[in-house]
Amino acid sequence: MAGLHIYQEKLTPELAARLAAVCPFGALKADGAGLSVEAGCRMCRLCVKKSGGVIVEQKDERPAIDKNEWRGVAVLADYSHGRLHPVTLELLGKARELVKVTGHPVYAVLMGHGTEQAARIVAAGGADRVFVYDSPELAEFAVEPYADAFADFIRKVKPSSVLVGATNLGRSLAPRVAARFRTGLTADCTALEMRENTDLVQIRPAFGGNVMAQIITPNHRPQFCTVRYKIFSACECPPEPGEIVPMAMPGAEKPYGIKIRRVTAMPAEVDISEADVLVAVGRGVKNEEDMELAAKLAELLGGQLACSRPLVEAGIFDAKHQIGLSGRTVKPKLLITLGISGAVQFAAGIQGAECVVAVNSDPNAPIFDSAHYSVVGDLSKLLPKLVGKLKARDEARMDTTKQNGQAARKPAAAAEGFSQAAVREEADHVS
Amino acid sequence: MKILACVKQVPGTNKVEIDPVTGVLKRDGVSSKLNPYDLYSLETGFQLAEKYGGEVYTLTMGPNQAKTAIRETLAMGAAGGVVISDRRLAGADVLATSYTLAQGVRSAGDFDLILCGKQTTDGDTAQVGPELAEHLGIPHVTNVLEVRLAGGAEEEEEAGAGASGDMRGSYGKLLVRALRDGLIVEQLVAMPCLLCMEDGVNTPRLPSYRRQKAIREEQIGVMTLDDMKDRNEKAYGLSGSPTQVVRMFPPQKREGKEIYDGPEEESADRIFGLLRERKMI
Repeated sequence: MAGLHIYQEKLTPELAARLAAVCPFGALKADGAGLSVEAGCRMCRLCVKKSGGVIVEQKDERPAIDKNEWRGVAVLADYSHGRLHPVTLELLGKARELVKVTGHPVYAVLMGHGTEQAARIVAAGGADRVFVYDSPELAEFAVEPYADAFADFIRKVKPSSVLVGATNLGRSLAPRVAARFRTGLTADCTALEMRENTDLVQIRPAFGGNVMAQIITPNHRPQFCTVRYKIFSACECPPEPGEIVPMAMPGAEKPYGIKIRRVTAMPAEVDISEADVLVAVGRGVKNEEDMELAAKLAELLGGQLACSRPLVEAGIFDAKHQIGLSGRTVKPKLLITLGISGAVQFAAGIQGAECVVAVNSDPNAPIFDSAHYSVVGDLSKLLPKLVGKLKARDEARMDTTKQNGQAARKPAAAAEGFSQAAVREEADHVS
Repeated sequence: MKILACVKQVPGTNKVEIDPVTGVLKRDGVSSKLNPYDLYSLETGFQLAEKYGGEVYTLTMGPNQAKTAIRETLAMGAAGGVVISDRRLAGADVLATSYTLAQGVRSAGDFDLILCGKQTTDGDTAQVGPELAEHLGIPHVTNVLEVRLAGGAEEEEEAGAGASGDMRGSYGKLLVRALRDGLIVEQLVAMPCLLCMEDGVNTPRLPSYRRQKAIREEQIGVMTLDDMKDRNEKAYGLSGSPTQVVRMFPPQKREGKEIYDGPEEESADRIFGLLRERKMI
């Protein structure tokens, strides 16, 4: 069986101790008898590299699968409750890039009930063929019928790679189906590359994001991966809309154990610690107008308004909007701080933010130590300009959305300038 | 109700870094702890057992030291626990891990409910739970907020025939509220089933000193591959793992910080460009 083999006779006590220290998982134990590998080993192969041939990796002899039997990149259309998640189009965009290497087709699989509109959007978004399972059992997402339909698609179409959005739905469904095929699944990939032999190179952060791991599934098909929303981009100019192929819902592999009773929308207010976009205001926001503009900025970015402690103490904000040690720890993709000086207590709450844009009039404000983009200037001058630009863009986009809304009903025309907003709007119509 | 909670021992800190020059993983300390996400599923289990009667058992896979994690669950209120530990399990990916756990569950007995945490802090995949459910052939729900036993004839009838797995027990139906991409879904789930709990859904209890003192060694079982029904070594560890890590490298650091200290109009333009570049608009 595969694993590490240690040539104990070649070991010196010094080398054994050194190798034991190399293992980041503490899985190599040096003792009187030599060196042994324990169950904590993650096969990172560091010890193999550092051992000068004393530790070698043993590989299994396995019959190689025929990779030619599996063709194409398939995308799961993330559809349920009459909504098509925009991550679907991003994955189609990536799939189109990947097949440039292999010349294979891009497939999509769509499961749901009353799926016609969604199928057209997916077909126009870059899929060569959209396989549609439309059945009352699929009206709401329940993992059993969805997994059965998904598995039926894989058996019949045999895609080489399967891309799934890392939504709640995708993270529930993809592992279920990957396990059914006893194949590999890589979660939350941040980059994907295709090799000519159809191996999908999957890159994801490991160990809390301080290390990136490159992962392949060399001898299993299909290769499953999940990707979060807003990692890839939708096709800028998708090809002609693909063919829509209706599929028959397979019989239940097992009686279904889940029955959906009620689906309700979440209350609109989201916890700031879960928000993707935050605009945080501090003592430097001195007047009503600026405060309103800050709120408008948050709204235009689809984010939430947060604050630093002084504004809670002044009674302007409720404590649940406060960022910092005595408030919430946040991890947004984007944080814009306005007039916040950035005391250590505040800085401690924003360490997880992916991108911090700080605006402050004092070039020596400590907030700039935590910021990726430091903007020195007067808020009262900057905010109206920025909000104005965003508003102007939004209005321009509303116009194209209207046009696209019509275009999507004529799939051939939808190829030009497909915006995500249009998709969401279209998807809403379906419900 | 017989409940099994799957737990994992994870590194005490996430500060593993890679040396950009030598490519060596640098680890900060060797302390370990119970995966924080598992605390919510444990608490859910304890509450259900207290409310409806029954016991919570725990299961983990890991090195022998993972007994410490089981010990902690016993001090919190679990009736017993098992560590699956075998060096032949080394290098397991999601599939091999979930398969091993499934084999462990089958060997450990029959359960009405299997609880998992949302994810672990070291692997972060959130995939082992659903894969485990598939191997066991039972339904699963992820991002679960609330669980109770379904009561009343109407709910019973709605749930229809229960799933017929090869696990036997006194089955009923659970009423499960779960999160799904901005929706709250209420569903009836036939037992046996597997639920992955969302984090923050309850206030996990602390280990009790009295319980800790009362732990007997025989409450902690150790299983190896030889205790499994499937003893084919190739289904486990590295051999049973379809995925392969081919390379590890440090993430690209964002090139130094940028300072916009020109006139406000220019800064507004640059922020706008930045928002577009980062796909925020």
